[in-house]
Amino acid sequence: MSTLVAQSITRVFGRFTAVDHISFEVGEGEVFGILGPNGAGKTTTIKVLTTLLPLTSGTATVAGFDVTQQPAQVRAVIGYVPQLISADPLVTGYDNLRVFARLYQVPRAERDARIESALEFMGLSEFARTPVKYYSGGMIRRLEIAQALLHRPRILFLDEPTVGLDPVARDAVWGQIERLREEFRTSVVLTTHYMEEADRLCDRLAIMHRGRIVASGPPSSLKADMGTPGATLEDVFAHFAGEGLDTGVGFRETQRTRRTAIRLE
Amino acid sequence: MAATPSVPAVGLGRRLATQLDRTFAIVDYEVRKLRRDPSELLLRAVQPALWLLVFGEVFTEVHVIPTGNLTYLQFLAPGVLSQSVLFIAIFYGIASIRERELGIIYKFLVSPASRISLVTGKALSASVRGLSQATIVYLLAIALGVHPSLDPLDILGVLVAVVLGASLFATLSMIIASLVKTQERFLGIGQLLTMPLFFASSAIYPISIMPTWLRPIAYANPLTYLVDAVRKLMIPASTSVFPLAVDFAVLLGATIVLILVESRLYPRMAQ
Repeated sequence: MSTLVAQSITRVFGRFTAVDHISFEVGEGEVFGILGPNGAGKTTTIKVLTTLLPLTSGTATVAGFDVTQQPAQVRAVIGYVPQLISADPLVTGYDNLRVFARLYQVPRAERDARIESALEFMGLSEFARTPVKYYSGGMIRRLEIAQALLHRPRILFLDEPTVGLDPVARDAVWGQIERLREEFRTSVVLTTHYMEEADRLCDRLAIMHRGRIVASGPPSSLKADMGTPGATLEDVFAHFAGEGLDTGVGFRETQRTRRTAIRLE
Repeated sequence: MAATPSVPAVGLGRRLATQLDRTFAIVDYEVRKLRRDPSELLLRAVQPALWLLVFGEVFTEVHVIPTGNLTYLQFLAPGVLSQSVLFIAIFYGIASIRERELGIIYKFLVSPASRISLVTGKALSASVRGLSQATIVYLLAIALGVHPSLDPLDILGVLVAVVLGASLFATLSMIIASLVKTQERFLGIGQLLTMPLFFASSAIYPISIMPTWLRPIAYANPLTYLVDAVRKLMIPASTSVFPLAVDFAVLLGATIVLILVESRLYPRMAQ
């Protein structure tokens, strides 16, 4: 049974259709990538699947729970790392995790052990007592993923997990996502506009453009379908979306994306 | 489509206990943040000190405000305590805006904690700040010879009133933050609200000397009920406008209504 089933999901903001009747499934232990330029509807897709935004139409179930009818149950089985920074710089890494361990009702007796193992998994044990404002960009992202793993979610949503990270930090985050799938069979839905990231991590990809999925499948077959030897995901993307990466993102979103990138540097 | 799994039947009491534990998880987290940077609390103590030392001392000398059997300083001290609770809570919504701009708010909203427990946790966290203000004003009042009641029940009553008042105004502040969403507009509205709330209350003069048009506003102002309760408990010789039960009922009722409103608005911060 698929961990996530999205059927014809749609989200409209006023006269703008951000997500336009898209459908996909994500299996257990599968890493599913949504690839597209800024403004394609990736973040909106994640927000409706994580219950942050109501659907305009369509249905989606996560671990069998309906996102519209049973949002509380959905929230209990998902982990989410937003594109913006979600770790609080004012407190330590440990304190950041502690509040969520309690919100997710990790039993008191297990709490500290669970926090320690999440920090250890993400390679942050020695920085547990350091305030997050002294963390590097890569460490912040790893802490955020550690936090999203505390309650052992069935499925993890990562919105642009490596935006603003340098190549070394990016590689470390990729390694940890791969280990997550191997060790816990956690399903992962990640959005990205980095072709390299999609290529390396994802079992299957959906290429999203102006709110619609224009192509989907394993990266290898998407490339093979192009018929040209040595075709890259870039070529696949350009084929389906046209050359232009004109995205129509407003000032505010651009400002926020850049701010996140600056903070992570 | 796969059959929907049934939700395990959990008793109401158990569910309430779970949500309450989440509320206190938020309080615990906010207190940890405050402990990392207590400078804000010390800075906040300056204003009430000035009100008592400068405004209070001067108006005690000139005897222009009729305060019956109390000295003006005795009348003023509970008003300044209540006002400092208002001032510290009314800008609390700025924290929601900061959390929204950073992205922290998204993670709270995808957690299984109910919106009511998240909002209540935030409101109670604001009251921790209010309690520190109350302590400082109480100590100042003793030093200035106001002779506030030191009866443990009276002090407990003041603390409960402060927790309710701070929660009330902090929730009002979060409602404004949820509606306007940006810092600039939020600060503007906050400034706009503070002074009318303060002057249309019995904090620095009795309602009896207010012009008649102002009185209905004072009666609709939650700060009036906070001042009334704190004054009666802190200075038992004072005459209160309403019975204590009415003061507490209004504060509690208004807080509950505002929390319910904000728990509907709070999720909009993630949209």
